[in-house]
Amino acid sequence: MDPMEQIKATFFQECQELLADLEAGLMALETGDNDPEIVNAVFRAVHSIKGGAGAFGLEELVSFAHVFETALDEMRAGRLAMSTPAVKLMLRASDMLSDHVSAAQGQTPADEQRSSALMAELAALTQDGSASAAAEPPPAFIAVPSAASPGLDSDEPVPDEIGFVPLRVNLDPPPASGWRICFTPASDLYAKANDVTPLVRELERLGPCAVHLNAEGLPDLDVMDPEAAYLNWTIDLSADCSRDAVQAAFEFVDGDCDLTIEALVPVSQAPPAMDLESVLAQARMPSPPPSDGEIQAIIDQVVPSVQVHMDQTKAGASSVSSDHPQGDAAPDAARSGQPSGPQATIRVDLDRVDRLIDLVGELVINQAMLAQRVAESGFARSSTVMVGLDDLEQLTREIQDSVMAIRAQPVKSVFQRIPRLVREIALSTGKRVRLVTEGEGTEVDKTVIERLSDPITHMIRNAVDHGLETPAERVAAGKPEEGVIRLAALHRSGRIVIEVSDDGKGINRPRVRQIAIDKGLIDPDAQLTDDEIDNLLFLPGFSTASTISNISGRGVGMDVVKRSLQALGGRIAIASTPGQGSTFTMSLPLTLAVLDGMVVTVGDQTLVAPLTSIIETLQPKPSDVRLLGPQSRVLAVRDTYAPLIDVGAVLGWREQAANPAEGVCILVENEAGGRAALLVDTIQGQRQVVIKSLEANFQDVPGIAAATILGDGRVALIIDVDAVIALRGKSPASPTFALAS
Amino acid sequence: MIPTKTPVSEESSRELVSFRAGDQEYCVDIMAVREIRGWTPATPLPQTPSYVCGVINLRGAVLPIVDFNNRLGRPPAEPSARHVIIVTHIGSRLVGLLVDAVSDILTVTSDMVQPTPDVACDTVRAFVRGILAIDGRMISLVALDRILPDIEAEAA
Amino acid sequence: MSLTVLTIDDSRTMRDMLMLALQGAGFNVVQAVDGLHGLEVLAESDPQVIITDINMPRMDGFGFIEGVRRSERHRGLPILVLTTESDPAKKDRARQAGATGWIVKPFSPDKLVEAIRRVAA
Repeated sequence: MDPMEQIKATFFQECQELLADLEAGLMALETGDNDPEIVNAVFRAVHSIKGGAGAFGLEELVSFAHVFETALDEMRAGRLAMSTPAVKLMLRASDMLSDHVSAAQGQTPADEQRSSALMAELAALTQDGSASAAAEPPPAFIAVPSAASPGLDSDEPVPDEIGFVPLRVNLDPPPASGWRICFTPASDLYAKANDVTPLVRELERLGPCAVHLNAEGLPDLDVMDPEAAYLNWTIDLSADCSRDAVQAAFEFVDGDCDLTIEALVPVSQAPPAMDLESVLAQARMPSPPPSDGEIQAIIDQVVPSVQVHMDQTKAGASSVSSDHPQGDAAPDAARSGQPSGPQATIRVDLDRVDRLIDLVGELVINQAMLAQRVAESGFARSSTVMVGLDDLEQLTREIQDSVMAIRAQPVKSVFQRIPRLVREIALSTGKRVRLVTEGEGTEVDKTVIERLSDPITHMIRNAVDHGLETPAERVAAGKPEEGVIRLAALHRSGRIVIEVSDDGKGINRPRVRQIAIDKGLIDPDAQLTDDEIDNLLFLPGFSTASTISNISGRGVGMDVVKRSLQALGGRIAIASTPGQGSTFTMSLPLTLAVLDGMVVTVGDQTLVAPLTSIIETLQPKPSDVRLLGPQSRVLAVRDTYAPLIDVGAVLGWREQAANPAEGVCILVENEAGGRAALLVDTIQGQRQVVIKSLEANFQDVPGIAAATILGDGRVALIIDVDAVIALRGKSPASPTFALAS
Repeated sequence: MIPTKTPVSEESSRELVSFRAGDQEYCVDIMAVREIRGWTPATPLPQTPSYVCGVINLRGAVLPIVDFNNRLGRPPAEPSARHVIIVTHIGSRLVGLLVDAVSDILTVTSDMVQPTPDVACDTVRAFVRGILAIDGRMISLVALDRILPDIEAEAA
Repeated sequence: MSLTVLTIDDSRTMRDMLMLALQGAGFNVVQAVDGLHGLEVLAESDPQVIITDINMPRMDGFGFIEGVRRSERHRGLPILVLTTESDPAKKDRARQAGATGWIVKPFSPDKLVEAIRRVAA
């Protein structure tokens, strides 16, 4: 990629971080925290976005950021009060700024009307403050050319595209043929690390210099103050440059020295400059297009000047550095590459990390294959080969954990988008909402993070739209006007758990039940527990909103959320208390790359059951298995009964139901708390397996979550426990109400 | 395998891999073929049509195997060590075709491809894109894009 | 052997741009993300020129410049500040703190190199 394009990509990445900081800062201000550093950070975020946008010529982004920055600067200077309406306006402006950033990335164009309206509001805010805050047009920014074109001096005549060298028209008074510069540095000049040498070097770029040092003011050594300045210089510069050019060389030391610049030679003796009239006359003369020879001459004329300039730059740099001892100034490669301080991180192309993860996956498989082969060749457990293999397995696992940790990221990136979402839904529903987030630092694999966004967004929408009451309803119910939505992330038994809760009205169970009956989803006589009623929300096509709002009615129901989570090995559950609110809990594996599984056999096939859904394994006695209805069997587990599912039969691998007494039962539980006993032939053991997608080359297979490759090199299928339970539900003799049929 | 070079009359010639499945001969564009390997036992998949033999491990990737003859509505093969798997690209997927044997690499020009005779069979219409007559053999040029079970139908 | 430049900016975009321009012109580059970090990096690397942003978290450019000017070992280092055209007051404050010169944003690689040339001893 072109380096500038790469930096641009970095810029947009950084914009996302800055926008998040901006929002977090504004929200802190909204809660009444008026720490000046927060105001500063907020200002800095907008300032940095504007700065980068300017460098890339993103004008609309610059214009908006400029007005926003101006308002923030007023606030920072204390000229603008940090009132609630002002902060709320700035929160809306930060949303708009985010839209402008997206637009600059070539995504959805920003809403121009909204943008102009906000700019006007921001400008109005600052006009009350001070006159200088008026929305002055931003400076004309230029895109920085790539570093591959050093040294073209902008005031050097450069031929345009067709090869004409522009004429330089000098409207200044005719220049002197030279200048006498009298220069007396003050001690401040040296204190700021300026020096006479570079200044003289600058003058020498204009023309030859005769430098005379006057050391008369130098006192005796014993009374000399090492910090004081005693010397002065007289420099005669022979050049037909302007006084301004000479003055410019002293720009950095202005105020830290006495400086006089006098013309050396009377103006009349200077070569006459072309006057405007003759230049215009020359320009009006029709001139034939240049021949190839002429063009070449022009190129020859220009090219050496470029090279000379480059050489000078190089010479300047090397002569400067030669003043320093070699070892002293040589930083090592690590130091010159990246900062070593508080943010000691490196950025790595995700493809490289993914490649590494794939390779480690292969390593795990190969290690397992090797272990199996060695075990088959009859080595003793205590033999050095077996002990060495155990060490290898340990190492492999550690490498895998470390590699997976590279890709782990805090859920913060997903949580950061939620406040805006809540603001927008609150605005369009007229509800008052406070969002509380917890555990944003909880880490999870990048592949999982990407898949969290949609379900969380949907659950939040649902919570505000359906969960919370209107302010009036809340007051009537004796609750504060403002509803609270809590979004939390945590790790629990090897999974990431996301909870979305509200303190709203809770699920209206009679109503949910009635809707399900009306839609023919359940039998009017069905006896359902509260949990079962709550879970009706996950049935396809279910919606409790009496009017299809444009928030929840976007074509995605909770059933879709549930199914997309299940596809990832995730689960979702509801808990609700009437009048007090609802909590949606979803859980996902920490990574979609590996899984701890129990390896089992069914017929001549090997299968893997995810360990996280297994409660226990049982060797059923014939008396524990009871028939229920004509075909269904249940397994007695202490005092409860769980439906018995013959995995081989459900997957269509055997016609005849297996004899439970000859097999082993795995008691599993799905997220909704539903239990089932899966009947398999034998259990081989527990193993971490690398998850291989079936969809990559094939398609989704019912009852199967994914595949893996075992030690013998063969493919084994990973059971989708929830789906297997649901498949069983397809049987007409199903003894209980099946939710996801 | 002895490649037979057919004279090239036009620049628009292309290479095809021909193979036998059942008692018939077929060919596919060589660009769609990634590799040819021997048969290894596949892990059967539940709830799939009979022509999906299952999946095998292709250097860490899970490769579905389709019994080609069976896919065309003919009797399923009884896979043995004599059978071969043609690993093909179908869109972004890799799919293995179980066939009896690979016979030739043919260089043909577009004018050598005859239109498919109008027969009533749906599977022929779905897969056969033309007929080649080479040395008295009839070789069907097949398109692979519909070789997997219809996913749309599945999702509906 | 070429000159080493320490760049201090909290914006990754700006750091990358400085790096691209400076390395393109043949300089070595060491980076820091704020003033405090700049002082740390300064202690372990020996740049000949420093370019610093002004508004940064933890320690701003003014604080950094004052810190350098108080340091026995580094106070003679030329420091260029990155400023914007619209804020002359900031430039004056930076000079008061002890800045050697300034670079107006947005800069072209040429302007950057020219400014370094003008302060490098």
